[in-house]
Amino acid sequence: MKNKFVKWLSLPYAFWSIAFVIIPLLMVFYFGLTDKSGKFTLSNIMSISLPVHFKSLLIALLLSLISTVICLLLSYPLAMILSSMNSSGNSKLMILIFVLPMWMNFLLRTLAWQTLLENEGVINTILRAVHLPALKIINTPYAIVFGMIYNFLPFMVLPIYNVLCKIDKNLLNAARDLGANEVQTFMKVTLPLSVPGIISGITMVFVPALTTFVISDLLGGSKILLIGNVIEQEFTLNSNWNLGSGLSIVLMLFIVISMIITAIFDKDGEGSAL
Amino acid sequence: MFKNIDISKVFKGGKEKELKKVFLFGLLATLTLLPVFGCGKAYKNGEVYVYNWGEYIDPDVIEMFEKDTQIKVIYDEYETNEMMYPKVEAGAVMYDVVCPSDYMIKKMIDNDMLAEINWDNIPNSKNIGAQYYETSKEFDPENKYSVPYCWGTVGILYNKSMVDEPITKWAQLWDPKYKNQILMQNSVRDAFMVALKLNGFSMNTTNIDELQIAKQSLLEQKPLVQAYVVDQVRDKMIGNEAAIGVIYSGEAIYTQRENEDLVYVIPEEGTNVWIDSWVILKNAKNKENAEKFIDYMCKPEIALMNFDFITYSTPNDAARELIEDEDIRNSEIAFPDLTQYDNLETFIYLGEDGDELYNSLWKEVKSE
Repeated sequence: MKNKFVKWLSLPYAFWSIAFVIIPLLMVFYFGLTDKSGKFTLSNIMSISLPVHFKSLLIALLLSLISTVICLLLSYPLAMILSSMNSSGNSKLMILIFVLPMWMNFLLRTLAWQTLLENEGVINTILRAVHLPALKIINTPYAIVFGMIYNFLPFMVLPIYNVLCKIDKNLLNAARDLGANEVQTFMKVTLPLSVPGIISGITMVFVPALTTFVISDLLGGSKILLIGNVIEQEFTLNSNWNLGSGLSIVLMLFIVISMIITAIFDKDGEGSAL
Repeated sequence: MFKNIDISKVFKGGKEKELKKVFLFGLLATLTLLPVFGCGKAYKNGEVYVYNWGEYIDPDVIEMFEKDTQIKVIYDEYETNEMMYPKVEAGAVMYDVVCPSDYMIKKMIDNDMLAEINWDNIPNSKNIGAQYYETSKEFDPENKYSVPYCWGTVGILYNKSMVDEPITKWAQLWDPKYKNQILMQNSVRDAFMVALKLNGFSMNTTNIDELQIAKQSLLEQKPLVQAYVVDQVRDKMIGNEAAIGVIYSGEAIYTQRENEDLVYVIPEEGTNVWIDSWVILKNAKNKENAEKFIDYMCKPEIALMNFDFITYSTPNDAARELIEDEDIRNSEIAFPDLTQYDNLETFIYLGEDGDELYNSLWKEVKSE
């Protein structure tokens, strides 16, 4: 009885994933593997080897890798601090502060950074007022990386924080009892145990960073073309859905690879238990 | 071609315009859903489906039309010709009236999407100046399908406090001393128009050699360009963010009102003259109402209201006579005397192959 009831409960989700995940995905594959007249072709996918597309893919990979690494370096210590304050009200507040910006629309926050970073923007006005040299990063790759880090940082902090909280404090105490110093404890106990969180954090930052087109448009002044921009323009401007879908399939390949890596390291699905 | 007018014009605010725009967009989206659920007023004479550029009409005009004619207006907006076309083609919503630009009208005529207009039903079309019908012949050779609504040029807007010489030609957008001070249009035809005119070619060329030269020019210019933008040109120029920007003439009046240092010029090498016109779709269900709508838009006092609201030049001569402010009525920016230029051109639809050629070259420029 109970089982049947649960089955019925899952129906809306099944409908949801068929209507909004599986069917769109099939459509992407259909468009990606056909030409404008509807004949089968691989040329849309192969077009990734064109210098224009390949270069934008490389830049996207490079920028998203850089921002993932920086996100990781920033997040890990933060997650450690947060987890060491565990169970106190302070840590809840800190987490809230971190999640709070995510309540606002992503586009709005990125637009806000445009206004802040502009040559005549808020930050530079303040810098000039105190006679410091102006910041000239708007419309450069640096601004794009900055935007990526800012937008995706919480996605790195939270999974790492989650796994760190779950580490049994007795393990750390045991390590100290056995004569390990702080560094050894960290290297031999904390770090290995937090790998699942790190890995899922990396995926959750890397994938959206790799596919973004809004950040590069708004903060990069459209001067730097990422693969996400190429795809977006094929759909909206050039109305070449076939090419856009073909390139999306290529991009999906990278996402699948990163998901496989996640699956290998994160067998228990701990880190993704957000 | 982009030239959506952003909603922030409603507010004459400062920097947070973009934010307001996004907020208002959400608000508008909610409001457009409301009539679906609300009981709504009853309209005796049916309805008309209108598809227009964003912020390209005075909202009061729609209400007045509904009141005067008892025809309900279902009004949607689009951002670019290229976004409008696939939607109209797919026919998900059966629009009656659309307002595309010149080259897109040609494409729609070629693809047999437009209905011939019964001019007897649009008596007010006589208010539109003869020269605009003449220009329209470039894309609508027999004046059978389109009624001009707005027109203008593409030119340079510069900040006279940030440059030490008057800007008069496109070539100055290649001057290294303006590095990081230049805003280019982020749309393929407009960007290539600038480069083609710089090199003395037609902006409608499909000659690959000429296009390659233009592409080279754009590549040379890229390090000098601060950003490729569309409707942000206006706000950035008002905020002194850049010294020189490529902009539509319709924005010039507004930007000057906000920042006195800004000057609009039509470059010496020549530029693009564009017309956005009302057309009726072939599969329109409410053709008569559509003609009534277009006729209403051609009324002098209505055209004047729209001109005041969107500040894009009106081809409606009778409306221009009604403009009270003499400076604007005789403004060289709003109503330039085009006969003094011999190197102005309208965009022509280049066919699918032509579009693809431009797009691929533009992508090469952007990815460099």
